Amino acid sequence: MDPSNSGRSSGTALYRTMVRIRAFENAAETASQGGVSAYGQQAAGAAKVRGPLHLSTGQEAVPAGVCAHLRTSDYLTSTHRGHGHTLAKGADLARMMCELFGKATGFNGGKGGSMHIADFSVGMLGANGVVAAGLPIAVGAAHAQKLLRKSDDITVCFFGDGAINRGPFLEALNWARVYALPVLFVCEDNRWSATTASGPMTAGDGASARAASMDIAATQVDGNDVFAVHETAARLVAEVRGGGGPRLLHALTYRVKGHVSVDLAAYRDPAELAAALETDPIARARGHLLDMGVAAATLDAIENAARDEVDSALAIAEAAPWPEPGAAFTDVQTTGAGQWT
Amino acid sequence: MGRPGGGLDLSYSEAAVLAIQREMQADPRVVVLGEDVGRGGIFGQYKGLQQAFGAERVIDTPISEAAIMGAGVGMALAGLRPVVEMRVVDFALCGMDELVNQAAKNRFMFGGQGRVPLVARMPGGIWDASAAQHSQSLEAWFAHLPGVVVVSPSTPQDNYGLLRAALQCGDPVVYIEHKTLWGLRGEVNEDIAVPLGKARRVREGNALTLVSWSRQMQACAAACDALAAEGMAVDLIDLRTLWPWDRETVLASCARTRRLLVVHEAVQVAGFGAEIAASAAEATGCRVARLGAPRIPVGYASVLEAQSRVGPEAIAAAARKLLG
Repeated sequence: MDPSNSGRSSGTALYRTMVRIRAFENAAETASQGGVSAYGQQAAGAAKVRGPLHLSTGQEAVPAGVCAHLRTSDYLTSTHRGHGHTLAKGADLARMMCELFGKATGFNGGKGGSMHIADFSVGMLGANGVVAAGLPIAVGAAHAQKLLRKSDDITVCFFGDGAINRGPFLEALNWARVYALPVLFVCEDNRWSATTASGPMTAGDGASARAASMDIAATQVDGNDVFAVHETAARLVAEVRGGGGPRLLHALTYRVKGHVSVDLAAYRDPAELAAALETDPIARARGHLLDMGVAAATLDAIENAARDEVDSALAIAEAAPWPEPGAAFTDVQTTGAGQWT
Repeated sequence: MGRPGGGLDLSYSEAAVLAIQREMQADPRVVVLGEDVGRGGIFGQYKGLQQAFGAERVIDTPISEAAIMGAGVGMALAGLRPVVEMRVVDFALCGMDELVNQAAKNRFMFGGQGRVPLVARMPGGIWDASAAQHSQSLEAWFAHLPGVVVVSPSTPQDNYGLLRAALQCGDPVVYIEHKTLWGLRGEVNEDIAVPLGKARRVREGNALTLVSWSRQMQACAAACDALAAEGMAVDLIDLRTLWPWDRETVLASCARTRRLLVVHEAVQVAGFGAEIAASAAEATGCRVARLGAPRIPVGYASVLEAQSRVGPEAIAAAARKLLG
C-alpha cells in the first residue's frame, strides 16, 4: 500500500480503502459464524474467529477519509470496532486476519483478537474493549508529541456516539483544550450504543455541542460520503498539525450490523436499516467515481483485488501456527515475571 | 543536612522529591502530572520540582483522575516516563479502568507491541480523622492485578531508593506511600540502591517471623521491643515490594522459625497477608497467622478510627498466641 498522502487521497484510493475494509469484515463475519456472543449463544467449534466481533460495516468512509491524511508516525487510538481504523492506518491485512484467528503470526500474537487489534508499527495504538477508554490515551500520546517536539505529528482518536456519555470523554476533551494538544477527535456517530439507540440516552445535541462547550471547534459531516469526510478531515488535520489545538469531527454514519456479529439487531426498526442502506458509503462512492469518469472496470478491479487479498489472508490465517501455550506467560511484566502462583 | 553515616537527613516526602529530581535530571523522558504538583503536591512530595524543571515537565492538571492515568498511559506509549499523581489511593479509584484495563494489560494484550512504564503514586493508609474515603489500604487489589508492580516503602531511605527503582522500571508501578509517614525523618544515602522485589530484614531472631510493610513496620517494631523484653527474638521483615514479593527471604525465615505472623493495616479479609501466609504454609508447613483490620470502613471519630488500627499490643498478643 502506498503510504503517502497522495497515494491514499485519490478517489480510487479512498474507494480501495473502503472496499478492503468491507471485504475484510465480510470474511471475518463469515469466519465468526457460530461464535460466542455477549448475548448467550454458544460457540460452535467450527468458528474460526471466536469471541465478540464488532463490525464497522457501513462506516468505512470515516476511517478511509480521515486516515488518508495521516502519516505512519501519527498516532491513532480506536474503539472496539477497530478493523477499519487499523486497515486505513496502513496495517497489513493478512496479519490482521491472523490475529482474528488467534494465530501466533497475528499482530498481537493471538493475545488480543479483534477487539484489541493493533499495529504499533504504523502508529495504530490499539482497539479497545472499553467504551471511551481510547480518549485519555490519545490525549496522553498527543501530550507527549507536544512535549517531545520532534515533528508536527498528531494523534487521531476515533470513538463512537455512545462514548460521549462516559466521563473520560469529557475529561479528555477538557485536557486536550487546556494544553492545546495536537489531537483530532473523530466521533463516528452510528446511532447505536450496543443494543440501545443513542439518541434517547444522550442529553443535548451530542458530540459537536459538547466539544463546542469546551471551546473545541467541531464540524459535522456526512460520514457516509467519503469525499466529504476526506475534504473536511483535510482541513481539520491541517489545523491540528499547524498547532491550532484540538478539533472534533462529528461524522454521521450508521451501524449496519448488530453490536456484535451474532447480534441480528432484531431490536431495530427494519425501516431504519433500509433507509440507511440507501446511503451505503461504498455504493455512493462508486456512483460518484463513475460520474467523474472512472471506468467501471477500474473499480471492479479494485473490488476483485480486495477479495483476492482477503481470500489469501484467510488461507494464510488458516495455515498459520497457534501460539505456543507458554506465550500466555510472556509480556505480562518484566519485574515480577515468573512468579505465577 | 549531613548525617554521621554520610547520608542526608531527610523526611519521607523529601526523600521522594530527591528521588524524582535525580531521575528527572538523568532522564529527560521523566515527567510528572497531577493535581497540585506545581505547588509541590499536597504532602510536599513534589516540592520545588516545577521550579526546577518547568511546567511542561511537572504538569498541573485538572481534577480528572481518569484523564491523568489515561494520559499517563498514552504518554508512556509515546516514549515518556510519567509519574501520575493520584493524591490518595481512594481517588485513584476514579482512574481504575485506565490502570486496570489499560496500563496493566497493554503490553500483554497487544502482544508486546507497547510498554507502559508509568509510576502511579497513590498515598494510602489511615490518615488522622480522614474517615472512610481518605484512609483506605488497597494494596491487595493491585497485587491481584497481573501486569503491575506494587511498592509500599516504610522509611525515607527506602522511599528514595524504591522510587528511583520504580522510575527506572519498564512496567507500570503502583507506588503506595503512607500518608502518616510523610514527616518521618531518617538518613538517606544516595548511593544505596533499593531494588524492587527485595525485602529488608529489620531485626533478626529465631522465635518468630514477622512480615509487614509501610507504616505497620513501626507498630511491628514496637511489638518486637515488647517481645524482646520477654525473651523472644523476632525475625522482622519489611516486605517493601508486594509484587513481586520477596518469597526467598520470607520463606527462608519461615523455614527457620517455623512460625509466621503477617501484619497489615488493610482489612484482614482477603488481604495480602493471606497470600503470604498461604504461600509460607504451602512451602514450609510452618504455623501461620494474619493480623489486619476488621472488615469495616475507617471511622471518623478517634474511638471509631481506632477500631481499624492494628497496634503494637495486638501484634504482640498475636505473636504470643502463635508462640504458645
